[in-house]
Formats: sequence, structure tokens, C-alpha cells
Amino acid sequence: MNKEFNRRNFIKIFGASAVGIGLAGGLNSTGAAESLNVEKVLPVLEKIVEDRQPVIWFQGAGCTGCSVSLLNTVHPDIAEVLTKIISLEAHQTVMASSGEQALGVFEEACEKKAGKFILIVEGAVPTAENGRYGFFGESPKGEQTILSWVKKLGNAAKAVVAVGTCAAFGGIPSAQPNIIGAKSVAEVLGKQVVNVPGCPPHPDWIVGTLAHVLLFGLPELDEEGRPKLFYGNTIHANCPRYFDFENKRYANNLGDDGCLVFLGCKGPIAHADCSQRRWNNSVNWCIGSNAPCIGCVQPEFPDDISPLYTKLPDEKIWINKSGVKK
Amino acid sequence: MANKILIDPVTRIEGHLKVEIEVDQGAVIDAKCTGSLFRGFELIMKGREPKDAQQLTQRICGVCPQSHGLAASLSLEKAFGVEPPENARILRNLMQGINYVMSHILHFYQLAALDYVKGPDTPPFIPRYNGDYRLPKNINDAAVNHYVQALDIRKKCHEMLAIFGGKMPHSMTSVPGGVTEKASVDKIVSFQWRLKEISYFVDNVYIPDVMAIAKIYEDYFKIGAGCKNFLSFGVFPQDKAHKSKLLKQGTYLNGQDSDMDAAQITEQVKHSWYKSETTGKNPTQGFTSPQVDKKDAYSFVKAPRYNGLPCEVGPLARMWINGDYRKGISVMDRIAARALECQKVVHALEEWILQLKPNEKTCTSFDPSAKCEGAGLTEAPRGSLGHWIKVVDSKTENYQIIPATNWNCSPRDDANIRGPLETALIGTPISDIKHPIEAARVIRSYDP
Repeated sequence: MNKEFNRRNFIKIFGASAVGIGLAGGLNSTGAAESLNVEKVLPVLEKIVEDRQPVIWFQGAGCTGCSVSLLNTVHPDIAEVLTKIISLEAHQTVMASSGEQALGVFEEACEKKAGKFILIVEGAVPTAENGRYGFFGESPKGEQTILSWVKKLGNAAKAVVAVGTCAAFGGIPSAQPNIIGAKSVAEVLGKQVVNVPGCPPHPDWIVGTLAHVLLFGLPELDEEGRPKLFYGNTIHANCPRYFDFENKRYANNLGDDGCLVFLGCKGPIAHADCSQRRWNNSVNWCIGSNAPCIGCVQPEFPDDISPLYTKLPDEKIWINKSGVKK
Repeated sequence: MANKILIDPVTRIEGHLKVEIEVDQGAVIDAKCTGSLFRGFELIMKGREPKDAQQLTQRICGVCPQSHGLAASLSLEKAFGVEPPENARILRNLMQGINYVMSHILHFYQLAALDYVKGPDTPPFIPRYNGDYRLPKNINDAAVNHYVQALDIRKKCHEMLAIFGGKMPHSMTSVPGGVTEKASVDKIVSFQWRLKEISYFVDNVYIPDVMAIAKIYEDYFKIGAGCKNFLSFGVFPQDKAHKSKLLKQGTYLNGQDSDMDAAQITEQVKHSWYKSETTGKNPTQGFTSPQVDKKDAYSFVKAPRYNGLPCEVGPLARMWINGDYRKGISVMDRIAARALECQKVVHALEEWILQLKPNEKTCTSFDPSAKCEGAGLTEAPRGSLGHWIKVVDSKTENYQIIPATNWNCSPRDDANIRGPLETALIGTPISDIKHPIEAARVIRSYDP
């Protein structure tokens, strides 16, 4: 990278980003957010600066969309994330090396860096037929699978973050008939991991969760293993079209204005802050573009939330902002 | 004696690919490409609400979801007989076009360039293959700077797509019947203003970088020709009936130009992990039934053939068929054609954005038929993409998808003919079998 490492710059950027991504509680309305002042965290930041956190990113049964979403991070931008916050030792889409050399990086992590790296998994884990629906890294020693790698890396990591709905809950690869036996990372490892779902997750959710783990350890999680900071409320509760909902101004056809519940909007059950944070440098978001929310952050996605363009059952819609039935 | 080299994983691509090559006397004499992941989208689509296809199938690829969503929308519009408004056609071209630009820039700088440019000595840029990194220091340094700049440019391309698409990756607005987002003046201006920065980068950074690398690695105009057959479904319709397209539909087979007829497509599975009875079908009749313990099979990718022939798809195929690029067929021609296509598309976007009619309709509502079928043929940035849907009792009865990588990275077919990338690898010189960087250059030229 051409950008010279500069500690003051780093602190400026990381400090600014911590506020920007809502760690200071500015955006979050759940009360779950920690209040964070830059002076307090300076010593912690300086420690990280001296020793960038090694991160191993492993891709299972997914589409690379979570990685592409991370590339869209604004403050800090991706070059800053990679050069100043973490040391990304391995990532299939980014790393220079291929083949045996690339495998060596993953192997070295399990052996020499055990207990030191954070593992991020993107994609679900195919488990049927002993993992044979997803091979990764054949070497003269034999075939290996996504399943065997997630177990090996997951057991060696100091913390595991499941990025995206596939890794967090199984997602689309685990949709019926699921002949590949796709499972979530937590199911495969049999332990609690931090889930950062979304198809894909917002880059702020990924960077913000990582920042939390680095600065303060594990964030407070909801019952689905998601940081409450980002997933604490439903999209519906903070939707700018909630007023339309209250006043029964409904869209009847795709492309219409108004509340989208009759077109299948899953906002009432989807836990995420998209309605406030918005997407891609905040230029737009799903409901803002007249497209119903498809509930991509939910464990129910996609099977128990389909059909996507069909109205949710009444008991899931007609509730007030506190989740109480109207 | 011949040496077998396994490249697994092939990194800096979207997806899971393994390549096995056999090297004798310093050159590749045999090659096998393995798609090593099966997710089963075609099976997942069965029994679902047909309209959900455009959302679910976008998740096939996080780099070109726009194209999958579009192919699904087109297949359903064919099936249901719906015609979207003109504004929708233009909005789709804008979204698909800016994703082309994003994808081509990402491919060159983030995926392919590190085979030619020596990256910084820090992970994930080390370890790397030893090789003939030939760029003079000043050009190499500039390219590393442009790697960082390209990250910012491609991010802005996604912002532009999200202006009309809601979000990226996995945009929300292209649905059967049109586009849900409106063509309002503020959005048009917002898109248009950002476009200036993107087209400046393409004209003044991307194209010159490709020219510099092509000049210094000139021998790669003679390496990696492949099957020399091309196929394109055509993309960026310029009229309501999709008669004329920015990049036209067609084929180039055994040195001859001809029309494209999708009925000539079959998918063969002799060497793929699918049951033998599924082989040789046109996608309108095809079905998917995996078998992981099949003898002689080595890939989850099927082998699509046109008139029985393997075909290369992608920017070089499109530019060749359209008559925009006929210099040659090789690694470097693929990289050059991709950059020139990016330039053609980015300047077309400047005209299309002015064709939108603010506040006119972008979406048509319709009553879906309970029993129908349709094909959605388009071109993803990396090549021809087809979705075929059959609807019975208002549910998806069957769904077949042929993405670009199936064409380019196909295994051998029923006649044991190699796929395009496998063929392209034959004859590639390998100077160090521990560091097969020459093979990596051939593989990544296809944007697999």
C-alpha cells in the first residue's frame, strides 16, 4: 500500500469511524450501545497500532457478496482497514498466493498462530457426504473440505465471527431441499460465535463488530448471536414509512409509494438498522427504493420468510413499535 | 518426466476453483479445471414462488448479482408476457452497465494485476509466486497506487448502482415488470455527476495501465488462445423490443460469424458430478441431479456446448462478435478487450442517463400466468448468462442456469473435448513448477 502508516492519522480515522458507525450511540435507538469517548480508548488504540490484529478470512459455501460489501466500507475505507486496523493474513479473493502457498498460510495459522488470530467465516458449511459438496485445498496429502477447514481453523482461532446470513444461520445454501447439508458455523463448531448476518451484511456491521472485539471484547449479543448495537430493533420500528403504516397508506403494486407490508415487506420481523443507516454511503436502501425488505438478516431467511413478495401473517404485522399486538 | 501441479485453491476469483496441470519439458501438456463447490440453486428454486427467483438467484454471485437478477426478471417477463416500460429498460442498462465497469476494474486491479505487478511486502500480498515481475519500479509503484485508487472507484460504482438499485451487492429493484425505483431528477443528477469521476479513471488510469502492462508482457499475446470459438447472448438493449443491443448477440465458430440460436445449447455431464441421465439436454429440458461419487467426474461445473462446441464467453467474445476487437485471441487480448469494453460501456452510460424520462413509469403490474415458461438471456460482465424457468400451478417447476464460468471453466464434455480454459492452458510455458505464475495468468485472464 502506498499510504504511509501514521499513528496520528490512524487514531483520527479509527476514532472518527467509531463515532461514524454508531459506537457512540448516536444512531442506535435501543439503548444497547456503549458510550465511547475517544480519550478513554486512546491507550487501547495505540496498543493495536503497534500490533495489528491477525485475521484469517475463510470462504465456504457463499457468493463472495459479504467480501464485496466489506470493500464498500466508507469510514474507514478498505485500504485503511487493511493497512491500519487488521493484518489480513489470508482471504481467498484478495491474497496474492495460490495453491500450496496459499494453503500454507491457512495451515500456518492453525499451527503457529493458534489462539492469536480472529477467524471470519463467510458462507455456509456443506456437511452432507462428509463435506464432499465443498472441496478446498487438495494437496499431495489428499482432499480437504470446507467442513474440515472450518473445524480446524475454528478450533485454533481466538474468536470466530460468522459474517453473512449463510455463515450465521445457513442462509440460502441451507434452503430446502438442502441436499448439501449446509449448516451455520456455530452449528458446525458447536460453540457460540459472533453472528453478523445480512445478505450481505452492511460494511459498518462488519467493521463495527470487529472494532468492538478489538477494543472492548465481545459486544452484547441478542439471542441469535447478533450484536445488539446493529440488530437491536426491527426495521419496521424505525422505518421512515411507519407514518404511512399508521395512516394505512399502503402500496398496492411494486413501484408505488407508501408502506410495503401488503407487498410482502419483512420489515416488521427483520432486526437491523438499515432504515437509519441506509446503504452504499447512505445513498439509498431497500424500502427507500420501493422494494419490500426481504428479511435477509433473519435466521428464517429464506425458507420461513418466503414467498418474499407475499404479506406476512397478520399477527406479525399488526404490532406497535414495542412489539405489542395492536 | 511429466510433473503434476495442483493449484488449489485458485485465489483472486469469485468462487471455488481448482486447476490441475501436467507439465513436461517446461510446458503444460494437460489440464483439468474443477469447480469444487455445489450449492444447488437450481434445486432450491423448485416449488417456490416464481417471482422470488430474481432475489434468490442474485446470491449465486456477489460480484455480478445484478446480471443474475436481470436474467431471472427477463425469464419471467418472457414467461408471463409482460413488457416493462421504456424507463425500466434504460434503468436496467444503467445498473447493469455500472456493474460492468465495477467488475472490470475490480478484475484488473484487485484480481489479475498481482500476477504482473509486485505488491507490497505485507500480507495478504505475501507470500506470492516467484516470477518474472517485469515492470520498472516507477510503473510498478504507480500500479500499486492505482490498486488503492481502484478500490475507491469501484466502491463509487456500487453507490451509483444503489441510487437506482436500493443497495449493492444484491440489488432490490429490478423485478418482473420493471424497476421499483423512480427515475427522479435528483437521482439522475446524482448518478450523472459521479459518472464523470468514473469515466475519467477509465480513460486516464485503467486504459493506460493495461497498455503499459500489455507492452511489457507482449509475449502473452501469444499465450492462452483457448478454443477460439465465441458466444454472446448480446447485452444492453437499445429499443423496447430488444432488437438492437450495444453489444450484439451472435457466435463465432471455427472462424465463421453466425447467428445465435439458444436451441443449439446442450449441457453435458460425463465428467461432472451429476447423474448420467441428465447429460446432453438443452436447458429447456435439462435438470440437475448431483452424484458426488461418480467415476471419471472431476467438477461440479457442467460442460455447456453450442452445436457440440466449447465456446469462450466474456468481454473478448462480445467485442469480437460485435466487431469492436479482432486483434487476436490470447491472455493479453482478453485483458485488453475487457478494458476497451469497460471504456465503451462507461461512455454509453453518459448517453443513457440522459434518456430517462423523469416521473414517467418504471414498473408495470400484471397477472402472472399459472403455467408458462421462459428464458432470460443476458451477459454478465464475465460472460453469457442464461436462466430458464418453467412454471406449473403458479410454482417454479424447474429452473436451469448456465453462468459464464460454466462455459469458460467447463470440464471435458461427453466427447472428452476439453473446456476453453483447459485448452488455453495447453502449451503454456512453466519456468518453475513450484511457482506456476504463467498458468495463473492464463486462468485469471478469463475472470473465472
